Amino acid sequence: MNAELVANDPTGPLENRWTKHRFDMALVNPANRKKYQVIVVGTGLAGGSAAATLGEMGYQVKSFCFQDSPRRAHSIAAQGGINAAKNYQNDGDSVWRLFYDTIKGGDFRSRESNTYRLAEISVNIIDQAVAQGVPFAREYSGLLANRSFGGAQVSRTFYARGQTGQQLLLGAYQALNRQIAAGSVTLFPRTEMLELIVIDGRARGIVTRNLVDGKIESHTADCVVLCTGGYGNAYYLSTNAKGCNTSAAWRAHRHGAYFANPCFTQIHPTCIPQSGAYQSKLTLMSESLRNDGRVWAPIASAAQADNAADISEDQRDYFLERRYPAFGNLVPRDIASRAAKEVCDENRGVGPEVNGKRLGVYLDFSEAIDRLGESAIRERYGNLFEMYERITGESPYRTPMRIYPAIHYAMGGLWVDYNLMTSIDGLFATGECNFSDHGANRLGASALMQGLADGYFIVPYSVGNFLARHQAGDIANDHAAVADAVRNVRDRIKRLLNAPDAKHPPEYFHRKVGQILWDHCSMTRDPADLRTALKQFPPLRDQFWREVKVTGSGEAFNQTLERAGRIADFLELGELMCLDALDREESCGSHARTDHVTAEGEAKRDDENYSYVAAWEFSGDCSAPILHKEQLRFEFVHPSVRSYK
Amino acid sequence: MNLTLNIWRQSDPESPGNFDVFNVSDVSPDMSFLEMLDVLNEGLIVHDEEPVAFDYDCREGICGACSLVINGSPHGPQKATTTCQLYMREFSDGEEVWIEPWRVGAFPVVRDLVVDRSAYDRILQAGGFVSVRTGAAPDGNTIPVPKDVADRAFTSATCIGCGACAAACPSASASLFVAAKISHLGLLPQGQTERNSRVRMMLAQMDKEGFGHCSNHAECQSACPKEIDIGRIARMNRDLGRSFIRRT
Repeated sequence: MNAELVANDPTGPLENRWTKHRFDMALVNPANRKKYQVIVVGTGLAGGSAAATLGEMGYQVKSFCFQDSPRRAHSIAAQGGINAAKNYQNDGDSVWRLFYDTIKGGDFRSRESNTYRLAEISVNIIDQAVAQGVPFAREYSGLLANRSFGGAQVSRTFYARGQTGQQLLLGAYQALNRQIAAGSVTLFPRTEMLELIVIDGRARGIVTRNLVDGKIESHTADCVVLCTGGYGNAYYLSTNAKGCNTSAAWRAHRHGAYFANPCFTQIHPTCIPQSGAYQSKLTLMSESLRNDGRVWAPIASAAQADNAADISEDQRDYFLERRYPAFGNLVPRDIASRAAKEVCDENRGVGPEVNGKRLGVYLDFSEAIDRLGESAIRERYGNLFEMYERITGESPYRTPMRIYPAIHYAMGGLWVDYNLMTSIDGLFATGECNFSDHGANRLGASALMQGLADGYFIVPYSVGNFLARHQAGDIANDHAAVADAVRNVRDRIKRLLNAPDAKHPPEYFHRKVGQILWDHCSMTRDPADLRTALKQFPPLRDQFWREVKVTGSGEAFNQTLERAGRIADFLELGELMCLDALDREESCGSHARTDHVTAEGEAKRDDENYSYVAAWEFSGDCSAPILHKEQLRFEFVHPSVRSYK
Repeated sequence: MNLTLNIWRQSDPESPGNFDVFNVSDVSPDMSFLEMLDVLNEGLIVHDEEPVAFDYDCREGICGACSLVINGSPHGPQKATTTCQLYMREFSDGEEVWIEPWRVGAFPVVRDLVVDRSAYDRILQAGGFVSVRTGAAPDGNTIPVPKDVADRAFTSATCIGCGACAAACPSASASLFVAAKISHLGLLPQGQTERNSRVRMMLAQMDKEGFGHCSNHAECQSACPKEIDIGRIARMNRDLGRSFIRRT
């Protein structure tokens, strides 16, 4: 137990590490690349860009997505922007500053080497995207425009109105399409990975289910790259797409890939509040809105009213501006989220009552509209305002928006070393699927940056470095490990379809696990609550396998079966999230522990005892995983206490 | 409120389909259309009946997965709205609602309301890209792009590939979809080198997939949830003509 994990990052001056490492990596001769097969699972920013780049380099790539087209991966929904240390605005930005802001934003729970590399590569991503025809916002000069985003004091965020993720994903999708046409990438849409094939400790393939006809197939390769996104949907209600799931990562975890910092999940402060019990997901309003919107709630519960207009100015509490005068409405996501939750817990919330509580605060644009004019606001946020009106029936040009926090992003994920390789040889994990660069909290506009940095500029090199050390080789389809993996998949599907006392649709269990996690393992965590939560998982899993009802057959298009399989994995991951949250006896990044706060109620970090990455190994028993610690060493930055006062 | 739903059921591409009738009650006006179907499906599962298959994913109007013809209109009655962003407050108590899949020969039905839109992917594979290698890009500010040009390229690039344009078109043409990509890349300096070949190859692929030709009905722009206008189609046709007389 507690064997030290090795990150394999280079040493020496931070700014030279990636350059040095790239030189030290082995290369595959261009003529030999076509002999190697690489499987890339997922077609979002990380997967699309990785598959396209590996194909372009000459490898034989197989690309998989469960959606009907690669373009539908959930990266498409990212609104706000992408950071890059270009310093086009001449406001003092630099690679060092972006690195420092990212590591500080992550509350000093990420690796210096990785985070610096991310900041370094950020500038190449913008160049690449512009060359692909990504229509970023521009100034009247025709040069690229920037805005300040989510707590940054420099304007380094590039954006395409409120649809930056869409435009960047379409750029990667176009690059992928080019390789599909060239024959270097074979695409498998509507195909879901359900098992990993591991032979002699090395990842050699995957087992998939064709979601149209239910056919179970094995695909073998020389290495496997998982780009399968985050696990925010474990909470049931989140800003993730309905299909987002942890299954590929969780299959890998069960085969020995360590799962790192599973309790590090990000709550986004600016989502549209829930309207009723049948809510299927929560919609994010980009936090760029906080640049011009002012957050407020009534000063006391007595001042609550159905309409914002009925609350006079002297009865309004601009609580972020009041508590954090330097950063005001632009404080980081965790601080804004917790503050909003506290306000609602004090019965000062706004909006309709759901289960007897008003869960929302106002985000008010009236002052910005007076100052800049409605057309300037429309130019910046037009599509977001329309989206809000469509959902709520209210216009933010006339009445303040209502917002409430929701689960948005998973900083935790598969543990990877500096080469983005998991603890299984030949299995790589990129983008949100890995844990690597965001520590305990992610800065706004950094997810797109990381997905594309991993996919375009890091994993293509590290895959080559791995393959150069291994002979290309085929695995026979009747290899025992392949046959075993296929049998596991078939058995599991059979179990899902034939629960002995089938009575509840899969969503019944998804809502249950989601409620446990939101109540006990979201922005505020209490150790006693976590222990209560932990007791609920094993019986809930038993009940699931006994009572889940999946209609139809495994040999046809069956969305209920797809969902049931993914929920079964959330029921296991959820327990690990709570175990990790209980182990981490500090307030850090996106979460606060009730037993670790300062006298003023602010989060208290414990660098002496918890400056580590918690990497969990599957032991065969979901309730008793094995903890490995990767100690974080800070040679270049000094972990400081965050203060946004 | 209470509604009567007539929903297209079809077990696979080869089988004939038919409408099944469902009565749903206690529908909240604040539910989305897909949440209303979720509730219907959960009830069907409990009663041992096969739920209605329909595509969905992001449920915030950007992934382009959802694809229902509601009362004869792709994505339903509300302008500039995908099915997932359609809320039940647009319907009234006692209303009869007809729900069908996209009706386009090039989009065969997979099951119930789910269709196969891979033809759109293949059209983009035929030339909907700029051929630039990873890492081979100059600094992003090397080529200024006038703001109005960049903005027009952006509005063309907002296409979500949902297929509503072809579903709305009396000729089942994919012209608006193809033209959106032609305009996006053709407006930008980065897209000039391949401008001629792009328009020819994408249109050839559109024909090959079995889509019809534009017949100027403009139904596509009314159905487009992103309000992409048919001016792009004119631009595409101009680009096609231009490709025969100009080298670049």
